[in-house]
Amino acid sequence: MSDWTRLTIHETVTALRDGRVTARALVEAYLERIGLLNDTLGAYLTVAASTARTQADAVDDRFRRGEPLRPLEGVPLAIKDVLCTRGIRTTCGSRILADFVPPYDATALVRLIGDGAIVLGKTNCDEFAMGSSTENSGFHVTRNPWGLDRVPGGSSGGSAAAVAADLAAGGLGTDTGGSVRQPAALCGVVGLKPTYGRVSRYGLIAFASSLDQIGPLTKDVRDAALLLETIAGHDPLDSTAAGEPVPDYQAAVGRGVEGLTLGIPDEYFVAGLDPEVEHAVRDAIRVLERCGARTRRVSLPHTDAGVATYYIVAPAEASSNLARYDGVKYGLRAGDARDLVSMTASTRAAGFGPEVRRRIMLGTYVLSAGYYDAYYAQAQRVRTLIRRDFARAFAEVDAIVSPTAPTPAFKIGEKTDDPIAMYLNDVFTIPAPLAGVPAISVPCGFSLTGLPIGLQVIGKPFDEATLFRVAGAYEAARGTARRRLEIAPVPGARPA
Amino acid sequence: MSPGWETVIGLEVHAQLLTRSKMFCGCATAFGAPPNHQTCPVCQGMPGVLPVINRRAIEFGIRTARALHCRVNGKCRFARKHYFYPDMPKNYQISQYEAPLAEEGWLEVEVDGAARRVRIERLHLEEDVGKLTHEGGVFETASTSLVDFNRAGVPLMEIVSRPDLRSPVEAAEYLRSLRTILRYLGVCDGNMEAGSLRCDANVSVRRTGATELGTKVEIKNMNSFRHVRDALEHEAARQTRALDRGERIVQETRLWNPDRGVTVSMRSKEYAHDYRYFPDPDLVPVEPAPAWVAAIEQELPELPRARRQRFVAEYALPPYDAELLTSDRALADYFEEAVRVHPNPKALANWIGSELLRELKGDPAAVTATPVRPAGLARLVALVDEGTISGKMAKELFERMARTGEEPDPIVRREGLRQVADEGAIGRVIDEIVAAHPDVVGDYRRGKKQAAGFLVGQVMKATQGKANPQLVNRLLAERLGTG
Repeated sequence: MSDWTRLTIHETVTALRDGRVTARALVEAYLERIGLLNDTLGAYLTVAASTARTQADAVDDRFRRGEPLRPLEGVPLAIKDVLCTRGIRTTCGSRILADFVPPYDATALVRLIGDGAIVLGKTNCDEFAMGSSTENSGFHVTRNPWGLDRVPGGSSGGSAAAVAADLAAGGLGTDTGGSVRQPAALCGVVGLKPTYGRVSRYGLIAFASSLDQIGPLTKDVRDAALLLETIAGHDPLDSTAAGEPVPDYQAAVGRGVEGLTLGIPDEYFVAGLDPEVEHAVRDAIRVLERCGARTRRVSLPHTDAGVATYYIVAPAEASSNLARYDGVKYGLRAGDARDLVSMTASTRAAGFGPEVRRRIMLGTYVLSAGYYDAYYAQAQRVRTLIRRDFARAFAEVDAIVSPTAPTPAFKIGEKTDDPIAMYLNDVFTIPAPLAGVPAISVPCGFSLTGLPIGLQVIGKPFDEATLFRVAGAYEAARGTARRRLEIAPVPGARPA
Repeated sequence: MSPGWETVIGLEVHAQLLTRSKMFCGCATAFGAPPNHQTCPVCQGMPGVLPVINRRAIEFGIRTARALHCRVNGKCRFARKHYFYPDMPKNYQISQYEAPLAEEGWLEVEVDGAARRVRIERLHLEEDVGKLTHEGGVFETASTSLVDFNRAGVPLMEIVSRPDLRSPVEAAEYLRSLRTILRYLGVCDGNMEAGSLRCDANVSVRRTGATELGTKVEIKNMNSFRHVRDALEHEAARQTRALDRGERIVQETRLWNPDRGVTVSMRSKEYAHDYRYFPDPDLVPVEPAPAWVAAIEQELPELPRARRQRFVAEYALPPYDAELLTSDRALADYFEEAVRVHPNPKALANWIGSELLRELKGDPAAVTATPVRPAGLARLVALVDEGTISGKMAKELFERMARTGEEPDPIVRREGLRQVADEGAIGRVIDEIVAAHPDVVGDYRRGKKQAAGFLVGQVMKATQGKANPQLVNRLLAERLGTG
């Protein structure tokens, strides 16, 4: 088996440009590895083999004709299955959309494909991105490549596992409360949640519209910068996509941390934080100090209200966004309907899993007459306080460093019966989307049992460049978590 | 209305805006396309799509708001209104709730010559829903129901009045005035039968002199001015009868059934929807720049009431004529264009009010399409005023113009439509007629004045109707002597 699948995106771009490998050969190598390992890992829900081959041949034609090369020419990517891909089934990890084939591409996909990238397939996730372990998928679980009995995190667990296991050169996930950063931390890859409005949400199947952002999951920091450069920027199809200019992120990666002040938030080093994680993160902070960063303690006093606030805002918006799945227009329609009400009710009962149903009920409740002020309006006020926490901290520091997740990857099934324990896994990742600020997770070592740990860097709005500087400096000092994982394929063992 | 009771009415009017594209996507709004041909992923509510506000719809809203003296809010928001119904692709409607586009205006309504201000509570924008077709009955019994999303996402403007209307006639008049204004502004075609203008009413009754409002009932499904008046009259009477019997009014929604002439209960408050409004996170707040609002206001056309008053003052028209001419902007424009060509306002008003409107089958808006152009009508009136053609000839001429679209002069020349006003020539004809009918002349001279009519008729016949009638009368009178 060739080693092309081990390359980062920027290494792949160079290999293709140098003519060391063709796009078609590269795609075949990935398809072969997917064929070997996907049943074991459950990373992909749909492998788009034929469209990937067609795209690869088109790229090779461009090389042959000597056409100008695009930034991601021939790079095979794994795309979370909440992003619409024209002509490729897009399920959101839900039975209700099991056969949905969008007639349009998400703007992020339009831009990736426009820059030459190839879609290998659609990756598994928690249903409608609701979850932190990918166990809520309506199809099957995904296993963590670093320990097959462990979850890959979620909800973008499929993309994170695919990138970690070299089943794609890089990938896209979506982050609402940590769904890119937490699986990145648990799978030992880099994951970025951009500033709200940095990347167009058009074609991202909405979970919580005021929080959702598309972000890259990659093998190193530079790859994340490369992908963000392609997908970021204004989009006339999304009024919440900002018109801010997109800087040269790749240049930021190597700029170092000299002169930067990093904040260490008291509230993120508290009971419940795994000692091994704390040790790895404090060690990473010392590495950054040695690289030239100043550090100081900061306070984000409303951190402890984050999870509660999130579990009002996100389900409220979800209950509204998911109202459209009624069996009338697309997706599942229950066959036993006698009338309109029973058609809608049985379609939704059959199509949605328990976590989605729980959040729809939660969200419907908090928006109800008489409860709106006590819950939704109050949550919005707390959200403002959380936003102010960050604004106050960023008056003193350039970025904030913390653990990404309180623990390394937990065992499959460990928290499925305890939704609250599962929700608390997102305690450090939830504040950033509530405040709309960007945050990155970069690998910062391993637990004693060999499970990856993530360092989170949180930045000012639209200042992803500083995140790339910090994450890039750390990575340059300590190396990536990357190594060829020895995954023993278990034939026919796709986890159920 | 029975004595001792007062009716209190507030109207909610929905107007489809005449924008080319839909409220939140680029699809066309034209009426009559095959089902689902004017749709896209956005207005079909597909997963992952996002709405983008139509700036033109905001402009139309502001234009209307300022014409109705409303305050345009510095910041308005769109909100989601939730209920499950298959004509609504997302199962929520993007509307406005808190922070509508505009608030607190008024519209002057005239009933029996007295003008009264009806306050307007709010004006907001939202999207229309699709249309359902049920095969084999109503929804509950249909074997198949089909949905057409062509209309889904068409911009709607909702204008809500305060409960300031005091009779069904006044309510109908408010609606008529509002419709005229919307048409003047070019924001809505005002077609109630086609549903581009819809009206719901809140009705309650109370003892005359009472200050508390009675329990209100919402009336839907009134598709014409007549429906509005009839439905409200019926409903007010129903409520009064119930109260007279000592019953209680139930707060509910009732549908007007025009065939049976009654309102029928649809759903009561206990089953009312909880719409679970919240600000739509897909859309950023709209903050119309004051300069933009001012520019829109600057470009407001002269509104019906002002124009009517000006027509009375400037053209010395009777109020009735002014009202008729200004009932439609295109008709008023037509009149003014014609007056510019031939300044005889009263004669032109008469022609427009009778012949032209008959030609338009009573629809003033059709004036833009009629072959009789304002300059042509003005020329026709001028020909009459100059004495070139008679009134009778003018009517003939008008019919030809309407039929062929020709200008009056070529028709007059070709058809020889020219009255004879030559005293010598007419005098000679009269002399012949007088000579040929000595007995009639004798009757006349003996005092049978009607005999003159016969002689005039004979003269007109001999001149193929072209003799100037006034001239014939004068010359004949001279011949016959005043006796």
